[in-house]
Amino acid sequence: MAAALTVDCQKTFPGRFTMAARLTLPLDPPRVLILFGPSGSGKTTLLRCLAGLEWPEEGRIQFGSTTWVDASSNIRLSPQARRIGYMPQDYALFPTHTVAGNIEYGLSDLPTEARRERVCELIELLQLQGLEQTKPTQLSGGQQQRVALARAIARRPQLLLLDEPLSALDAPTRSRLRGELRALLTQLKIPSVVVTHDWAEALTLGDVIAVMQGGAILQTGPPQEVFSRPVNAEVAQIVGIETVVQGHVVANDNGLATVSVNGTTLKGLAADVSGSAVYVCIRAEDVLLEQTGSGITSARNHLSGRVTEMLQQGVLVTVTVDCGFPLRAVITRGAREELGLETGSAVVAAIKAGAVHLVPRSG
Amino acid sequence: MNWLAIWVTFKLACLTSGVLLVVGLPIAYWLTYSKWRWKFIVESGVALPLVLPPTVLGFYILVAIGPHSPVGRFYSDVVGHPLPFTFEGLLVASIFYSLPFAVQPFTAAFEQVDRRLIETSWTLGVSKLKTFFHLIVPLSTAGLITGAVLSFAHTLGEFGVVLMVGGNIEGETRTVSIDIYDEVQALNYAGAAKTALLLLAVSYGVLLLVYAMNRKVWAVWPQR
Repeated sequence: MAAALTVDCQKTFPGRFTMAARLTLPLDPPRVLILFGPSGSGKTTLLRCLAGLEWPEEGRIQFGSTTWVDASSNIRLSPQARRIGYMPQDYALFPTHTVAGNIEYGLSDLPTEARRERVCELIELLQLQGLEQTKPTQLSGGQQQRVALARAIARRPQLLLLDEPLSALDAPTRSRLRGELRALLTQLKIPSVVVTHDWAEALTLGDVIAVMQGGAILQTGPPQEVFSRPVNAEVAQIVGIETVVQGHVVANDNGLATVSVNGTTLKGLAADVSGSAVYVCIRAEDVLLEQTGSGITSARNHLSGRVTEMLQQGVLVTVTVDCGFPLRAVITRGAREELGLETGSAVVAAIKAGAVHLVPRSG
Repeated sequence: MNWLAIWVTFKLACLTSGVLLVVGLPIAYWLTYSKWRWKFIVESGVALPLVLPPTVLGFYILVAIGPHSPVGRFYSDVVGHPLPFTFEGLLVASIFYSLPFAVQPFTAAFEQVDRRLIETSWTLGVSKLKTFFHLIVPLSTAGLITGAVLSFAHTLGEFGVVLMVGGNIEGETRTVSIDIYDEVQALNYAGAAKTALLLLAVSYGVLLLVYAMNRKVWAVWPQR
């Protein structure tokens, strides 16, 4: 078997919850694994187990040929010995050290000259020029994030662990840095595990997503698959985006982008889309279904298609419409009866441009 | 004024806070970060000198270092004279007597250090010992100074323990507070007043320094 990070471990916080996670991340080629889930789902605990900051009571963590944790034979590799890059939430920059001091903090094994060189390299890579002698408290949120990243990757770790890397930032900075972080992770080629509760972040950064809830991993797979084909209602509810398809931006007119998905054209808002390859994300409750030939509405997208599947859950019905790609809509039972929808019925799906979310992806 | 007593007191206070800075740090580190469930036993033990009558503490130290105890016998075998009623014996007693005054501010300061900073340091491959000196100590300087200064000030004024363990030997174990007592016994109120004023001024000055510098670290005083 090729080298992989395999985790099968359990940790209990008495009176709170039990984390029991099992996953495998092949290390070659390096991938970015997203631990996705609501707060309290155990994703940070799992990340801390990987960092060696929490000890599972049961199970194993194996990195390639090295055993990091084996509860049955009492193996516990210290965080110092794992050669990881760990970035906690809020970054935990050392307030007594300058930017350069923070970056070189873990490099004391290197000779002075090599250390200085490495720091320069990282300052340049993360565009921190001119801030070398600044103390962390004087930095903006985005700069702090970059310093923390530089510090985490300074020792050329074999595994990068990022806990909510963007959540401490304000919304505009967050969407800008999302793209930058993705570019950096692609460039670094280090296997990474990223914790997030933000679906846009998960889609942008992840090669693989593991959805967590109640301390367990419910589903693992490529982002698009997990988002558009959740294995059960619980996962569907956690991811909350029923339609995720790949598309290409063909035109961008003042932030209103025209996207082509399998030949179908859609309009969506493109505030922070730079490249042309995107994920098109649509929530099922944002899709209106109309009978064919209805009048003009303010919605920018009117997609004709046929109903391929209907799934009733209480008073709601999830309808899948094939309009060049599978689009999910959720309507009431009453609406379904009024429209006379059956499998195979022709229907028009109306979606406001603002409800078509575009998330950049690697080409 | 008895300058010799002042010199002995000053020397004793300096050495006590110096030793406590070395001995107190590992104890405080352990008290801060240990997850042992019976930790409170040690915590209470360290705090004991705060509430115990100095004579009681002095009595036990005297017995512990006396010629009938293994420690006392070992000391007199190695050094050639017994430990009680010497400056060294006084120093040992002072260290125990002032232990909480150093360890409590140290512990309070270590507790203020964000745990995530320490963990991040570990993940960067930096050992626990190096993390302690490169990260925890620089972030705790105010608390370390407070602990050193408080144990210094506390040693300046000790009386009961000195009397029990040190006796009253001129130039060796007669400290300022004993000297004041002697002066009063001899009805020399003017001499006692001068020395007392000096002790008052120094002690107050030291505390002024501590509270001007920071007001968070000493656990006994409410935080503002």
